[in-house]
Amino acid sequence: MSKQKVALESLVSRQFAGKLLLRNEIQLEDKQFEQFLADGVLRPSPSIVKQLISAICQRCGNRKKYLFGRLPCKQCNQNHLYCRKCIEMGRVMECEPLYYWNGKEVVWPIIDQPCTWEGELTALQQRASDRIVSAITNKEKELLVWAVCGAGKTEMLFPGIAEALRSGMRVCLATPRADVVQELLPRIRNAFKNVNIQGLYGGSEEKTGNAQLIISTTHQLLRFKAAFHFLIIDEVDAFPFHNDPSLPYAAKRSLHSTQSTTIYLTATPRRNQQLRLWMKQLPHVFVPSRFHGHPLPVPILKTCTSLKKDIQYNRVPYSLLNWMRKRISPHRQLLIFVPTIELVEQLYKNSLVQLPQQKLLTSKDRIMCVHASDPERKEKVQLFRDKKIDILITTTILERGVTFPSVDVAIIDASHRVFDEAALVQIAGRAGRSPDDPKGEVVFFHNGKTNSMVHAIDAIKSMNKRGGFI
Amino acid sequence: MYCLWCHEEIITEVHWGNLIHLYRPKRLCMNCESQLIKIQGDLCSICSRVSSVKKCADCLKWEDYEESPIKFNASLYTYNSFMQEVVAKWKYRGDYQLAKIFQYEFEKEYSKKFSFLTKKKPVVVPIPLSKQRMTERGFNQAEVLADFIPLQKDHVLERLHGEKQAKKTRYERISTENPFILRKSINKTVILVDDIYTTGTTLRHAARLFKGNGCPNVYTYTLIRG
Ligand SMILES: [Zn+2]
Ligand SMILES: [Zn+2]
Ligand SMILES: [Zn+2]
Ligand SMILES: [Zn+2]
Repeated sequence: MSKQKVALESLVSRQFAGKLLLRNEIQLEDKQFEQFLADGVLRPSPSIVKQLISAICQRCGNRKKYLFGRLPCKQCNQNHLYCRKCIEMGRVMECEPLYYWNGKEVVWPIIDQPCTWEGELTALQQRASDRIVSAITNKEKELLVWAVCGAGKTEMLFPGIAEALRSGMRVCLATPRADVVQELLPRIRNAFKNVNIQGLYGGSEEKTGNAQLIISTTHQLLRFKAAFHFLIIDEVDAFPFHNDPSLPYAAKRSLHSTQSTTIYLTATPRRNQQLRLWMKQLPHVFVPSRFHGHPLPVPILKTCTSLKKDIQYNRVPYSLLNWMRKRISPHRQLLIFVPTIELVEQLYKNSLVQLPQQKLLTSKDRIMCVHASDPERKEKVQLFRDKKIDILITTTILERGVTFPSVDVAIIDASHRVFDEAALVQIAGRAGRSPDDPKGEVVFFHNGKTNSMVHAIDAIKSMNKRGGFI
Repeated sequence: MYCLWCHEEIITEVHWGNLIHLYRPKRLCMNCESQLIKIQGDLCSICSRVSSVKKCADCLKWEDYEESPIKFNASLYTYNSFMQEVVAKWKYRGDYQLAKIFQYEFEKEYSKKFSFLTKKKPVVVPIPLSKQRMTERGFNQAEVLADFIPLQKDHVLERLHGEKQAKKTRYERISTENPFILRKSINKTVILVDDIYTTGTTLRHAARLFKGNGCPNVYTYTLIRG
């Protein structure tokens, strides 16, 4: 091999090592691409494997017949299978292989002093963090970290990430939502100032994913194969990781080898038989209290029999108004969760009229509403964070991952099925996050107590008990 | 059966009333189906947009420039947010199977709106994609829709993808303004089929070509009225 070729190959190896890509995801001219194939440094592998009666998508692991489609392929003049399951990431077709790197193994740098964070961990955080470090050094396969909302789990991860980078490992922190990637990225960059870090999510500016430390959505793991020595999966209990078998499949494939370590993070293991069984088999460490040392706010239930009528007649629910008038700290910002987008918009409209009348809002631009398909979602959340608005009405999209220092939390129609136990625990966990204001009111307005509500409150109380508060 | 859109299982209760419909497989669950909204009410007699007057302001404006080359346009669904999501996945992500959602209603609406033409033996012409788009997507959504209509299809249009090319000669200028070329003239009634009628510019371009080359009447039929 010529010198030039070797140099090019090592440059490219970083780009493609650990990936599993479609041709159109590989930014190479046809000529160069063909050359790499001829040299055997890029290898094709079948994208859809057909078995006797079923097929398996090799990118997402889909084997459900109804999630495959057929398409008359113009290139081959044949009806071809394609995977409908992972089509949002680009269409995988039977006749188009996936490519993986087969050239030189990338040697990731050994970074002596990767962590530039100067904060201190609490004793509980330190215990969990030590456990994570030992999992890496002992090459343990899996560890579950159960930390209550507000335990400061991101900081707890720093020593583990540092240990991995010091050993020349490649690291990925995967979380279900793009918002959370965006929120984590600056924090991690700040804590690891001299490390090359990339954030990957649908629509992210950064697409190459060739950094040693990657913060990504769990979905982006579908494009990796044999990549990470240390993988952290945030919010394992959350949709979509919880419901979608393709994500555990991709997570497993993204591991560099059997020597790799996976850490699962959760604040709310569901009351799910499967997960509980799994937890019993899994070594785990529990962080029962918040980093500021105060207990989790316990939600208060308020029956609101007029709820349906209030909504029907375009009124802000009476009991919500009543509670707002008597809030202990009216200067706190207020997060109001509602079950549906329609209700978000309706409550917002009604609040615009009624709240100023009742002197519960100083001006109309101090209240906003947000939901998943709101194009200004990011800006509105930022305005709330900057305290430019007092009240934010939202669907469950803000249930986890986002932190505001000092808020009260209300759920309207907490009996609705979108508010399952985990969602309620997460939502309650938005309150009292700051050491300067560690309390916060959490109220569930409902018209009929549900099991989820009872279980959520029990779970919060029992975590407080384990944290030594009673 | 699973819903083609949300993948939930579809449970159909069998009773005498729906026995006959069971031969037609359900493509969407009730919830998803309820989000497909048909165009209803008073419509513009030319472009089928919802309008209280017979000719909408848009069509009147067009008339200042030319007599409409399109006799009338018929469309099936409104372009609500659900439809936008479905179309994005179908066209841009390339989820070919999703077309099945529309098959039955698209054919039914065709008979309703165009059966008066049957005697004239009209020709159905799908609006083509440029070669580049075609290779990217692997299929042309307009062609898929046209195939739902049980009539003779003729692929006589070609889409040039030279919009950005330097405009030199007069011929080139005209042909760059009109993105289509006609490979063969048709002297029968033509029904142009496309996925969406938005401003009507694209369909008018195509219709003008046919009219200028000996075609007596051009109608357009689209899945969606944007
Ligand atoms: Zn797939
Ligand atoms: Zn093919
Ligand atoms: Zn459905
Ligand atoms: Zn009109």
